[in-house]
Amino acid sequence: MLIKYVKKSEAKSSEITSKAMFLDRRNFFQGVAITGVISLLPKIVTPSFASPRAKFLNVKKTPFGEAEKPTTFDGLTNYNNFYEFGTGKTDPAQNAHTLKPEPWTIEVSGLAKKTGKFNLDDLIKPHQLEERIYRLRCVEAWSMVIPWVGIPLVDIIKRFEPNSKAKFVAFETLVDDEQMPGQKNRSLDWPYTEGLRMDEAINPLTLLAVGVYGERMPNQNGAPVRLVVPWKYGFKSIKSIVKISFVEKEPSTTWNIQAPNEYGFYSNVNPNIDHPRWSQKRERRITGEGGLSAMFRPKIETQFMNGYAEEVADLYKNMDLKKFF
Amino acid sequence: MIKKHYRKIFKSLVFLGSLIPLCWLAYAIYSDTVFGTRLMTADPIQKLDRELGDWALIFIILSLSVRPLARLFKSNELIAYRRMVGLFAFFYVCLHLTSYIGLNLQFSFNEFIQDILKRNFITIGIIGFILLIPLAATSTKSAIKWFGGRRWKKLHALIYPIVLLGTLHFFMMVRADFTRPLMYFIVILALLGFRFWSKYAKSNSQFR
Repeated sequence: MLIKYVKKSEAKSSEITSKAMFLDRRNFFQGVAITGVISLLPKIVTPSFASPRAKFLNVKKTPFGEAEKPTTFDGLTNYNNFYEFGTGKTDPAQNAHTLKPEPWTIEVSGLAKKTGKFNLDDLIKPHQLEERIYRLRCVEAWSMVIPWVGIPLVDIIKRFEPNSKAKFVAFETLVDDEQMPGQKNRSLDWPYTEGLRMDEAINPLTLLAVGVYGERMPNQNGAPVRLVVPWKYGFKSIKSIVKISFVEKEPSTTWNIQAPNEYGFYSNVNPNIDHPRWSQKRERRITGEGGLSAMFRPKIETQFMNGYAEEVADLYKNMDLKKFF
Repeated sequence: MIKKHYRKIFKSLVFLGSLIPLCWLAYAIYSDTVFGTRLMTADPIQKLDRELGDWALIFIILSLSVRPLARLFKSNELIAYRRMVGLFAFFYVCLHLTSYIGLNLQFSFNEFIQDILKRNFITIGIIGFILLIPLAATSTKSAIKWFGGRRWKKLHALIYPIVLLGTLHFFMMVRADFTRPLMYFIVILALLGFRFWSKYAKSNSQFR
């Protein structure tokens, strides 16, 4: 089991720090326990969050995003683009309870020494979980600030030992229209696929996330494991990953297939390159607070590479970003 | 079917009914602000834009359905309500545009001009809006008289290209999942079909 969580109905807060669990910590990568306070919050705050909420133990804090004010948990779990559960922004929160994130297997294939099927637990187990607060800029000109829990993708990639021919990494989301009822519609060409160039994939910013706010990843945010590439538009950060493959050629990606002139393979956040149908210069920050305050909140200027230019500038040194948008 | 006698009452009812979407949106914003609900989602600007655009299209389609419905129920009395529905369509289009310029673009007229010039779906939406203005302006009885029935009718046939432009505007805005604009399009095609059929039928019969 990847994430040992305790269901609300099963645990009292007094059991959380039991000695047994403490000792067990060495045997599974991270212990997780329910947070008493959160479980006591009135139901109205999390009406659509069906899965039990559980907190990871032993998450390393990092300086990423210390100065940012994160979007509330409530905000980031009730406003999602996850077409596998419907095309509306609130559909995932309503429908994602059908996803079964556990147990979860990831199939690794392609140009690497170690390939095969891996249990997600085993993949994550040897690594130290980190919290990183990243800005997330959606291609639709809204943004959030999200405290992810995860591990750098590079650490995982190293373990598969990709060979020198592997120039790209391709990812795939689960296909199962029972678990993902939105897949009964042909709104997109399933499975959802994404890809990164190898140097992007092993950039230290790129995260394989398993949670938010110190908790197990909510289903509607891409449980149990998703990519987070903070300098790219949100759709690059593929959710509920079941396949990772190391390939030689640039893999085809879902939104690029859908509208090649609107969504490039790179899709780096860039205020100077408009989406054909709207400007990318500014963004609406989703704080979680709705109503009038959200309606009259000033927009903020979108930053080049979503503000991560320093960390990723080398990746695109000699590239025409207008051409490779 | 509906007697002329009750016209005043029914007109008030249609008027109030047409305000329901607006009242609901106002309530949703109020509730989100005061009670912290999420009726308008965490991004109410986007939601409001879409809702108002949706209602604008629905009202245009409703105004187009009046004549076919009058035929169906064999009651010309229904025509008396068409002007109000049409004006409400214009009302919701204006709100949609206002919310887009005011809330979405936050009155950045530079961005607005850029949008009109560069973005086809906005260009098309604006053309639809401009074409709608003369129709709304000539909705009074005196305007009909001044124009003369036939010319007035010709002018108001503009509503067909307008509703098609509106639906196209919607189609082009969508990223995936075209179900809703497609639904509107099918209804509009049916209404257009009815119009041609009834014209044809008319020219082939002696009465009317």
